[in-house]
Amino acid sequence: MQQQQKVAALSYSFPEEVLEHVFSFIDSTKDRGSISLVCKSWYEIERWCRRRVFVGNCYAITPAMVIKRFPKVRSITLKGKPHFADFNLVPEGWGGYVCPWIKAMAVAFPCLEEIKLKRMVISDDCLDLIAKSFKNFKVLVLISCEGFTTDGLASIAANCRNLRELDLRESEVEDICGHWLSHFPDSYTSLVSLNISCLANEVNFPALERLVSRCPNMHTLRLNRAAPLDKLANLLRGAPQLVELGTGAYTSEMRPEVFTNLAAAFSGCKQMKGLSGFWDVLPSYLPAVYPVCSRLTSLNLSYATIQSPDLIKLVGQCQSLQRLWVLDYIEDAGLDMLAASCKDLRELRVFPSDPFGLEANVALTEQGLVSVSEGCPKLHSVLYFCRQMTNAALNTIARNRPNMTRFRLCIIEPRTPDYLTLQSLDSGFGAIVEHCKDLQRLSLSGLLTDRVFEHIGTYAKKLEMLSVAFAGDSDLGLHHVLSGCDNLRKLEIRDCPFGDKALLANAAKLETMRSLWMSSCSVSYGACKLLGQKLPRLNVEVIDERGPPNLRPDSNPVEKLYIYRTISGPRLDMPGYVWTMEDDSAYLE
Amino acid sequence: MSVPVEQGYGEVPSMETKERSIGLNLKATELRLGLPGSESPERENGGVLKSLVSGAKRGFSDAITDGGSGKWVLSGNGGSEVGLCKDGNLFSPKAKGVGECNNQQNPFSASVVVKETVTHSPKPLHDNKPQVSPPSSKAQVVGWPPIRSFRKNSMVSQPQKNDADAEAKSECLYVKVSMEGAPYLRKVDLNGFSSYRELSSALEKMFSCFTISQCGSYGVSCREKNLSESRLVDLLHGSEYVLTYEDKDGDWMLVGDVPWEMFTESCKRLRIMKSSEAIGLAPRAMEKCKSRN
Repeated sequence: MQQQQKVAALSYSFPEEVLEHVFSFIDSTKDRGSISLVCKSWYEIERWCRRRVFVGNCYAITPAMVIKRFPKVRSITLKGKPHFADFNLVPEGWGGYVCPWIKAMAVAFPCLEEIKLKRMVISDDCLDLIAKSFKNFKVLVLISCEGFTTDGLASIAANCRNLRELDLRESEVEDICGHWLSHFPDSYTSLVSLNISCLANEVNFPALERLVSRCPNMHTLRLNRAAPLDKLANLLRGAPQLVELGTGAYTSEMRPEVFTNLAAAFSGCKQMKGLSGFWDVLPSYLPAVYPVCSRLTSLNLSYATIQSPDLIKLVGQCQSLQRLWVLDYIEDAGLDMLAASCKDLRELRVFPSDPFGLEANVALTEQGLVSVSEGCPKLHSVLYFCRQMTNAALNTIARNRPNMTRFRLCIIEPRTPDYLTLQSLDSGFGAIVEHCKDLQRLSLSGLLTDRVFEHIGTYAKKLEMLSVAFAGDSDLGLHHVLSGCDNLRKLEIRDCPFGDKALLANAAKLETMRSLWMSSCSVSYGACKLLGQKLPRLNVEVIDERGPPNLRPDSNPVEKLYIYRTISGPRLDMPGYVWTMEDDSAYLE
Repeated sequence: MSVPVEQGYGEVPSMETKERSIGLNLKATELRLGLPGSESPERENGGVLKSLVSGAKRGFSDAITDGGSGKWVLSGNGGSEVGLCKDGNLFSPKAKGVGECNNQQNPFSASVVVKETVTHSPKPLHDNKPQVSPPSSKAQVVGWPPIRSFRKNSMVSQPQKNDADAEAKSECLYVKVSMEGAPYLRKVDLNGFSSYRELSSALEKMFSCFTISQCGSYGVSCREKNLSESRLVDLLHGSEYVLTYEDKDGDWMLVGDVPWEMFTESCKRLRIMKSSEAIGLAPRAMEKCKSRN
């Protein structure tokens, strides 16, 4: 009682401006949310001064609701399709259209400066609307987006006088014309970050060179594969202040002057900290980057098809490395070297060079990961594709790295057991969740029974995102996770024998999570209907390309299921193969 | 159009053709671990038609354009795989490439009774499409291993170190497929097919989905109708459609003119367009189309 009175008194004693000023130091969405819950007046003050909004699921809320609560937003981040869309599990036309958001914001947020989208569909018209509606527009980040062409980019270039950042990471852009870059006027000099690595065709290189050289604050430049190596030196000379560089194809006819020019250009880049690109690498050109290696903190060689010895030579020089993305050509030997040389390593991602081959084409095993876990005390984020694993190795990794926060292991062949004992990998992953108490993200693979889920439910209390494939024996597995993981926000499951029981028993849990994806499991249509009926604050969407689910028996399992919490009711932009389970029996005939 | 729509599902492919097709299509087979001889999902909307194909794609022989009128007008050429989908069917061999339309855990066992509407024609004289040797590449499960399309496509176009063909073919090569009048695009993995016929069947199924849902919303009972291409045609206002593609040079061509491998290497995307719009693409093919009517 007294406490409440004190707080009330405090909030009346501070003028709004002071509180606003204090709040301005707090950026994290979570903290802002906490502030707004203190009392009504703080809620009011906070909402008027919130500048950044993060919407993890664009269908969880409507643009109008966001605008109503936060009238002065300057930066918005929106995410659309479920994560499994990255792996073609979500059919085209599913949704994630940003247009309604842009239209609403064009009117409501004239001062909007930043739009960051992930897995959304954005059209050229939308890009045009952005370009013309927001006078102070600065940042456009489109990660894994689609639906637009270079014409839309031309509009952005032509109209956004204050643009700082244009990042098209891994988006699908219809490449109509490389001249869109020329639409940046000659007077435009504010570019700081440009990522066009996803573009298929060559951009107008002279225009790019002029652009880069007249923007003194260029910090990040990621070229696309079509950007020729022999032009890179010149480009770098025009921007020696670059910190992050993504090369194009790293190959050219072997010409000594190209090499020496390139090496000289890199020598001039005293601030360079990150490198990426490296498609089609010609190993003899690699030494050109040696001048910057010792300062590199981030190195993405995940497209570089070079063999272990060349990789070792290169990576061995990068003692400051914090992040390494590489193909499994690095092999165990390379990872041993990494463990020995790069003591500051925080994040490692090893991608498969031949994921569809029947047998291992490289000498990369669980041992490589064990070495790195031993040698790199700061390692906390791992994505590792390999073909074999043991419980012993997982156990060792867990004990070596209790600071692990993201652990994603992909054993290429589904349901692969511990190759030494032929047992499941339950205890290995169990060790991971038991020892790594701050684990936030986990992806499982290999042979796994319900047991592993029991471990996860018991220990993974900080886990926020879990990805499961070809695992488990029964509903008990799913039940363990839903009932045990207190902080679970995103759960995605494919090809597991999980059905109705666990889902219905833990229905309430679903409202505490952002989303649940289940495909090729055994959840029946009847259960979906029930969930939809009982939990109005969830959208239960059935994705089924065999036709309307109500033409089949209720017990028939649905192909795919996507459940997410929302305060905006069922969405209206679904394609023909998605049905929302409603409680008004619209679908029941 | 004058294709007699066969309501009958008549022929069960001979064991020989099945085996051949299994060998042929291993890489296109959906890998259902733990379910040996897995099959494609039951095609509900086909209603009367149930297709349980053992793991592989349908095992009927390739038809030549001559037989019947095709929805997809593919001109035959020596050496090219002329997939002629006139088998108005939709049992889809859950091609991997077809991504979305499969992956259903099927409780059915591996009995192989294939009922389809097939208009058989003699095999093409020039069938020199090489068999894909199973050991060199793995049959793919959709979305597994979990690698983003961007990365997969980058790997495909990388020059392979050894045995280029077999390896390259095992990667995924997704291209977009659009259709006149359809509200959204689809994607198919060209490397999931080994012939034009397979591609066209898969496309048929994909876009039947679209028409089915339309049909559902109009209250028509889909189960009753046979989803032949003639029905597709009915739903789409009686016009004939042709399958076209955009090649690396940006030109739009009719699908079927070049050998399959050449096609997959140069195809950037596909479009199902009305035959009236396809005029001018390849006169020869258009004539064939008209003569069929």
